[in-house]
Amino acid sequence: MNMSAAARRIASSISCRSISSVLRSSSSFMLRGRIAGVSSGIQRLSTAAAALEEPITPPVQVNYTKLLINGQFVDSASGKTFSTLDPRTGEVIAHVAEGDAEDVDRAVAAARKAFDEGPWPKMSAYERSRILYRFADLIEKHNDEIAALETWDNGKPYEQAAFGEIPMVARLFRYYAGWADKIHGLIVPADTPHHVQVLHEPIGVVGQIIPWNFPLLMFAWKVGPALACGNSIVLKTAEQTPLSALVVAKLLHEAGLPDGVLNVVSGYGPTAGAAIASHVDVDKLAFTGSTSTGKIVQEMAARSNLKPVTLELGGKSPMIIMDDADIDKAVELAHFALFFNQGQCCCAGSRTFVHERIYDEFVEKAKARALKRVVGDPFKKGVEQGPQIDEEQFNKILHFIKSGVEGGATLVAGGERHGDRGYFIKPTIFADVKDGMEIAKHEIFGPVQSILKFSDLKEVIKRSNASQYGLAAGVFTQNLDTANTLMRALRVGTIWINSFDIFDAAIPFGGYKMSGYGREKGIDSLKNYLQIKSVVTHLKDPAWL
Amino acid sequence: MEFPSSTFLKSSSPSSINGQIIDSLCESNGVSKLMIPEVKFTKLFINGQFVDSVSGKTFGTRDPRTGDVVAEVAEGDQEDVDIAVKAAREAFDHGKWPRMSGFDRGRVILKFADLIEQHGEEIAMLDSIDSGKLVHLTKDFDIQFATNCFRYYAGAADKIHGETLKCMGEFQAYTLKEPVGVVGHIIPWNFPTVLFAAKAAPTLATGCTMIFKPAEQSPLSALYLAHLAKEAGIPDGVINVITGYGPTAGAAISSHMDVDAVSFTGSTEVGKLVMGAAAASNLKTVSLELGGKCPLVIFNDVDINMAVQTAWQAVFFNKGEVCIAGSRIYVQEGIYDEFLKKVTDNVKDWVVGDPFDPQVHQGPQVDKEQFDKVLRYIESGKREGATLLTGGKAIGEKGYYIEPTIFTDVKEDMLIAQDEIFGPVMSIMKFKTIEEAIEKANNTKYGLAAGILTNDLNTANRVSRSIRAGGIWVNCYMITESSIPFGGYKMSGFGMDSGLQALEKYLKVKSVITPIYNSPWL
Repeated sequence: MNMSAAARRIASSISCRSISSVLRSSSSFMLRGRIAGVSSGIQRLSTAAAALEEPITPPVQVNYTKLLINGQFVDSASGKTFSTLDPRTGEVIAHVAEGDAEDVDRAVAAARKAFDEGPWPKMSAYERSRILYRFADLIEKHNDEIAALETWDNGKPYEQAAFGEIPMVARLFRYYAGWADKIHGLIVPADTPHHVQVLHEPIGVVGQIIPWNFPLLMFAWKVGPALACGNSIVLKTAEQTPLSALVVAKLLHEAGLPDGVLNVVSGYGPTAGAAIASHVDVDKLAFTGSTSTGKIVQEMAARSNLKPVTLELGGKSPMIIMDDADIDKAVELAHFALFFNQGQCCCAGSRTFVHERIYDEFVEKAKARALKRVVGDPFKKGVEQGPQIDEEQFNKILHFIKSGVEGGATLVAGGERHGDRGYFIKPTIFADVKDGMEIAKHEIFGPVQSILKFSDLKEVIKRSNASQYGLAAGVFTQNLDTANTLMRALRVGTIWINSFDIFDAAIPFGGYKMSGYGREKGIDSLKNYLQIKSVVTHLKDPAWL
Repeated sequence: MEFPSSTFLKSSSPSSINGQIIDSLCESNGVSKLMIPEVKFTKLFINGQFVDSVSGKTFGTRDPRTGDVVAEVAEGDQEDVDIAVKAAREAFDHGKWPRMSGFDRGRVILKFADLIEQHGEEIAMLDSIDSGKLVHLTKDFDIQFATNCFRYYAGAADKIHGETLKCMGEFQAYTLKEPVGVVGHIIPWNFPTVLFAAKAAPTLATGCTMIFKPAEQSPLSALYLAHLAKEAGIPDGVINVITGYGPTAGAAISSHMDVDAVSFTGSTEVGKLVMGAAAASNLKTVSLELGGKCPLVIFNDVDINMAVQTAWQAVFFNKGEVCIAGSRIYVQEGIYDEFLKKVTDNVKDWVVGDPFDPQVHQGPQVDKEQFDKVLRYIESGKREGATLLTGGKAIGEKGYYIEPTIFTDVKEDMLIAQDEIFGPVMSIMKFKTIEEAIEKANNTKYGLAAGILTNDLNTANRVSRSIRAGGIWVNCYMITESSIPFGGYKMSGFGMDSGLQALEKYLKVKSVITPIYNSPWL
C-alpha cells in the first residue's frame, strides 16, 4: 500500500506523534488534524461545491451480498433483498439478501451446533489464536479493497478507512488472538476444607448487533473477544452497511474458522435484529447503537430467555477546555472530537465547554477551522469529511440545526447541506449554546459543534454530568489537580486528557448511565463473553487452607 | 503442549514401541556413517554481529555419540561479557526495543516464532548433535514448545498491566510495570532451545535486553536462534549470546555490576554460586530453576499399564537428563510386584542408539563427565544394597550410551534416592499408606515437581496440596506448556518460568502517588 502520499498530507498533524507511527500502530484509528498543502483545493471544494464533481468510481467489486450461514453464502428464506446505497449519491450499490426471523433461526441453529458439537470451543486456545492471527494477516493483505468497500457503503474518507480503521481491525484481532490462551480463572480460598476452582467458560451462542458508523471496527470489537473466548456468533450488521462484514467473514473462514462459528445475517432491526434479541437459543446479546433501540433489545432479552446483555449506546460527551489549555491544540482536538467520521461517533465531543476567559478566541478559531474542513467525495485524497450515512440521518441533522437556530443559539458556521446531491452537510458550529437547548441535550450524530461557556470547575462538572448519557469526556488543561479532579468527577466511561478518541485495543470502552453497560476492548471485554463457573470440591485432610 | 508421540506421558493407551536395544550404533554402523548437520554459527553474537572472542580462544563442542569435536566455538570470557553488557545496556537505555509499543514488540516476536518454525529441523539437529537428544522428538517437542512459547509471549507483550489503587488518604496511586533492564540468562544443555525460548520470550515481551550464556556442551542452537532473532527484526544488542564456561563467562554475568537481573537454570550447586555472585556484586534480581528429585507416587487403584508407561517416560525421557525426571518412583504395596515385572518387561522394547535414527528411543548422555557420574551413581546404588533389576552398564565402546537401569529395594537414605542423577536410572520404592507416601515424597531438599497416579479424588487433592513442589501432575507427567508456570520449592529454586508469572521476573513495579482534591469517591 502506498502510504507516502497520505503521510505527506498529514505531515502537519497537530499530534506530537509522527504520522508514521500513527499509521503503523494505528493506536488511534482516526487521522488526526488538518491536512496541509491543499488550501487552494479547500476553497474550491468547500465553497464552490454547488455542483459536485462526478463521484470517483470505487476501486472494488461487490462480491458478497448473501447471508453467511454455517459457512455458506445463502439467499434469505424469503428470497427478499434490500438495497444498500452510496451515500455520496443515494444510488444503489448492491442488493443484499434480507434476513428475517427464519434466517436468524437457521443461523442460530448453525451456531448452536458449532458450539455444542465443536470443533471450535473444543480446540486448544492456541489453535484458536493461530486462526485469529491468520485472519489479521488476511485483513492486512486485503486492506485497500476492504477499506474501499467500507468507504463506498459508509461514506467515510477512504484514507481514514485505509490507514486508520482497517489496520486497527487487524490490530484488534491480534490483540484478541493473544488473549485466547490467557483466559484465566482463579483458585479462590475457602473458609472450610474446600478446594475452589473458578472456570471461565465460553458463554455459548452470542448474538451481536452492530451499527453503521464504524462497520468493521464494531465487528472487531464484538467478534474478536467472542471468538477468543470460544463462542459461536450470529451477527447482524446495520442495513446501511452490510457489505464489509461479509467480505471479512469470508476471510475469517479462509483463515480456518470452522463453519457455523460466525454467521452473518444482513437485514433490519425490527425483523432480524429483534429475532436475535428475542431468540431463546441465543445465550448472550451484545448491541451497539442508539439508546432507544438499546432499551428495546434489553426488553426482548428479558422477555425471552433472560440472556445477559451488554449495550454500548449513545452519548453527549462533554469536551472541557480550561483557560490554561493550549488553545490552538484545544481547538484542533475539539474540532476533531466532534467532526471526525462526519460527527457520526457515539463518543463525539458534542458539548464543547469552553472557559469564559478564552471563549471568544476559541469560537473564532473553531469557526476558522470548520470553514477549512475539506468536504467532498470520500475517495478523493485530502478529503476530511464525506456524506452522512443516509437520508434519514441527513434530515435528522438538518432538523437539529434548525432547532438550534430557532432556539436562539448563534450559528457561526455551516448550517446547511453541502452540494446538491448525496447526504453532505457543511461543518456547522453553534456558539452561545445553553444547556436546555435540544442541540445540547440530544445526540445529533452529525457535523454540528455546540460551544458552551462556563466560568468555574464546579460549574462545568455539574453541567457535564447533567446528561442522561455518560460515554466519554475530553479534558483540556495543563493543571494536574484540575485534570485529577475532573477525571474522577465526570460520570463517564472514558476520559481523554489533552487527547481524544484514543482507541487502543487494550483500553476498555463503554458507558455510564444510559450510554449502556459492559466494556468493549481490553481485558474487561472478555467478561462479556464468558460464564463463570465455581467448582467446589470437599478436601479430606488438606495440608493447608 | 503435550509430548509428541502423545501416548508418552498421558494416561491413555500404552505406547507400542518395537525394536531392540542396539548395542552400539556407532559400532554396528561405523562412525563414518553418522549424520552430522552443518554448523553455520560458531562465534559470539554481540550487538547483532558474530564476533571472535577477545582472547581469540575457542573450545570444542563434542558429539556425544563419539566424543569427537563437532565444531570449534568462540570461548567468551569476562571481557566479552563486558562488551555484550555494554551493547545490551545501550539497547535498553537508548534503543528502540523498550520504547516500542508492546504490540509492535509482539509483532516482531511472532515473526521470530515463524522463523524458528521454518528452521525447526536445522535447530533440532544442532541440539541433537550437541546434546545427544533424539532429532525427531526435538523437532516435535522442543521446537514446537519454542514456537508456541514465542507466540504466547508475543500475545502477552501488549497485556502487561499496572493497577490503579485504593488509598486510605486523599491520594490517587497507580503502579507501573517497567522492564527491569539488562537480563543475564544462563541456560543448560538438556533442553537448549526450549530454555532459550522460555527465557527469551518473556524477556523480549517486557522490553528488556539480554545476554545469554548457553551451556558449553550445547552452544550451537543459541547462536542459530540469535541469528534468526536478527532476521526477525529484533534490534541489535537486544539479544547477545556469549558461548563459554560457567566459571568464566557465567560468573562474569552473575557478578556484573551493570546486569539488572540474572536468570539461571542448572544445578543447585551452581545456583548457589550465581546467587552469591549476584549478592556480592550489585544485588541483582535472581531467579533460579535448579535440580530436582521428583517423586512419582503410584497408588493401588490406578491402571497398572498406564502407571508403567508414565513412570517409564518420567524417568527415561531425554535419557533421564531432565530436572523434572521422576527419579523416585513410589509404588503402593498392592501393585508393587506387578509393577516391577511390567516395568522390567518394558526394557526389551526400548531402543538405545543414534539419536538421528527415528527408531531410537534413547541417545547418549551429553558428555563424558555426565556419563561417568551416572555410572558412579549406579555403582553406589549397588554398593548401598539396592537391587539392580536391569541395566547398569555402559553400551558400546564409543560415545556415552548407558543402558536403561532400574533399581528396586531403594532406601530413603541411599545416594540414588537423595541426589539428582540426571541419567537413565529408575529407583523404585514401596509404600503402604497415603501418609507415608506424602512423608517420603517430601523427604528431599528439592521441590521441583511431583506426579500422582490415582483415580481417587480425595487422594489426588490431598497429595496435590501436601507435596512441597512447584508442579504436580495428576495422572500424567511432564506436561509443560507456555501458559503453565514452572519453578521450584525449596532448593529447586525460586521464580517461575512460563505462564504470565514469568513476566514478573523481568518487570519492576513502580508506584506513583499523587494527592487528589475534592474527589467524589475514594
